[in-house]
Amino acid sequence: MNEPGSPAAIGERSPMDLRPTQTMATPNANGDDKAPKRIALRVDHISAWYGNKLAVSDITLDVDAHSVTALIGPSGCGKSTLLRCMNRMHEVTPRGRVEGKVILEGEDIYGAGTDPTRVRQRIGMVFQKPNPFPTMSIEENVAAGLRFMSITSKSEIADRVENSLKAAALWDEVKNDLKKPGIALSGGQQQRLCIARAIAVEPEVVLMDEPCSALDPLATLKVEDLMRTLAVKYTIVIVTHNMQQAARVSDRTAFMLAGEGGFGQLIEYRPTDEIFTNPSDKRTEDYITGRFG
Amino acid sequence: MTTASTESLFTPATESLFRRRRTTDRVMTIIMLSAAVLAVTPLVLIVFHVLTHGIGALSLSLLTEDPNPAGRPGGGVRNSIVGSAIMVGMATAIGAPIAIACGVFLSEYGQNRLGTVLRFLVDVLAGMPSITIGLFIYSLVVLPNKKFTAIAGAMALAVILIPVVARITEEMLLLVPRSLREAAFALGAPRWRTVMTVVLPTALPGIVTGLMLALSRIAGEAAPLLFTSLGNQFFSTDPFSAIDALPTRIYFYASGPFDYWHEQAWAMSLLLVGFILVVSLIVRALAGTKVTVRQ
Repeated sequence: MNEPGSPAAIGERSPMDLRPTQTMATPNANGDDKAPKRIALRVDHISAWYGNKLAVSDITLDVDAHSVTALIGPSGCGKSTLLRCMNRMHEVTPRGRVEGKVILEGEDIYGAGTDPTRVRQRIGMVFQKPNPFPTMSIEENVAAGLRFMSITSKSEIADRVENSLKAAALWDEVKNDLKKPGIALSGGQQQRLCIARAIAVEPEVVLMDEPCSALDPLATLKVEDLMRTLAVKYTIVIVTHNMQQAARVSDRTAFMLAGEGGFGQLIEYRPTDEIFTNPSDKRTEDYITGRFG
Repeated sequence: MTTASTESLFTPATESLFRRRRTTDRVMTIIMLSAAVLAVTPLVLIVFHVLTHGIGALSLSLLTEDPNPAGRPGGGVRNSIVGSAIMVGMATAIGAPIAIACGVFLSEYGQNRLGTVLRFLVDVLAGMPSITIGLFIYSLVVLPNKKFTAIAGAMALAVILIPVVARITEEMLLLVPRSLREAAFALGAPRWRTVMTVVLPTALPGIVTGLMLALSRIAGEAAPLLFTSLGNQFFSTDPFSAIDALPTRIYFYASGPFDYWHEQAWAMSLLLVGFILVVSLIVRALAGTKVTVRQ
């Protein structure tokens, strides 16, 4: 990785570059670019409600392992709701309800007897607004999930904190300030802290809900770089309403749209370069060419 | 309103309208300012009054000596100060854990019918006259044991403290942003762990503030103690016997026949007012740190 914050790291590619230019160091586990992708997460006929209001309807899509999958679409199309269905966070919202299956490694996360806390340890989440715990130091923030898993070994916690902060490209900036409160960091640093916190519990999948929408352009680029790097080890699903961002970071893109009934549906789900250069659905084309949304 | 003439924005008509609005504005501002001043005037008068009457009898011996036999000037109210401290301390030890747990329930698990009912009952208890609470503890604890005790007094004070602290705790927990709870859930924390490690610590300054306010309220209560701890002119730290307290001693001295009693009653009032003032300042300081943490 480049030294974080150095001009070279930022100037490497233009923000307007529409292709995912950064390729992964190792494209997949066996290092073979042509090998078929393993499916990390299968969303199987998922519908979600807020009370009686249907928010997303009957969505089915496969998320490739060790890749970045983007969910795009105009506001209110249900992309965040769908994302929150992928780690059982939707049911935490008042009156939130889900039907359908989400298969993680052959197991339905909504299956009878499944523990939602265990699901969320395996499928982590990063939110729109950076939300470090205000009473905890940088170190404690990263270690928070480990404490929830009842890991108490001091040396193991220290190792995992360091590795996670390194993986989140934040270590060099905070290694001397680990005892400082997490909320003393800048917005971009806070978001990378939240990413470090999410990956410290070593999830298989990391869901990111518009992770850059509260960040300035430079911080956004850093987080985008990070997503590509993290995709080597983790499976990333990102919600964004920034199409350039989807084009820059993702391998596959799902376009969602709320139709007549006001509930979101999946319109098109294809490799990112295809969806942006040659959309098969008229509505996708209208959206990516900026005709609405 | 103005007609087609657009030469000036300020026609005679609009100018008189503006003048009328300005006058109304000033008059209303003055009325509301006067009401605000009137509202805090009693505080200024009380502090002034208590200070002028109480400062004379305030001395080291008042704090370090116990009361003289009735009628012999001098002596102090050490027994009352220590008694108040013991009962307020015990009331907090009994009441705070119950109140905070109750507040956690109302905020985290009480967004349903049961919570609504409980919340209403807590509010009713908060409005209960303190003398009624004293009578209740009298019949429940004092009568069966045939003995006035410090514990009974502390229980009465705890009953007053619990609804106040419970509701403040609930309010403070509800102020903790949803995003922090979700951050903890997303890390695989079960609900109780989220509450213990994230929500409660974040709301702690506010909860401590509420607790301090409740403390200063119960420290000044006389009514619930009259039937429970009774009062005791001798020094005692025994929780199982009658004990003195500042408010009850003020009550006895102020309604008694001796001038030095009246002076000492004023001096004790000054002590209580001073205590409340100090608590308020601490609360302000705490609230201040909370604001800086948020930024």
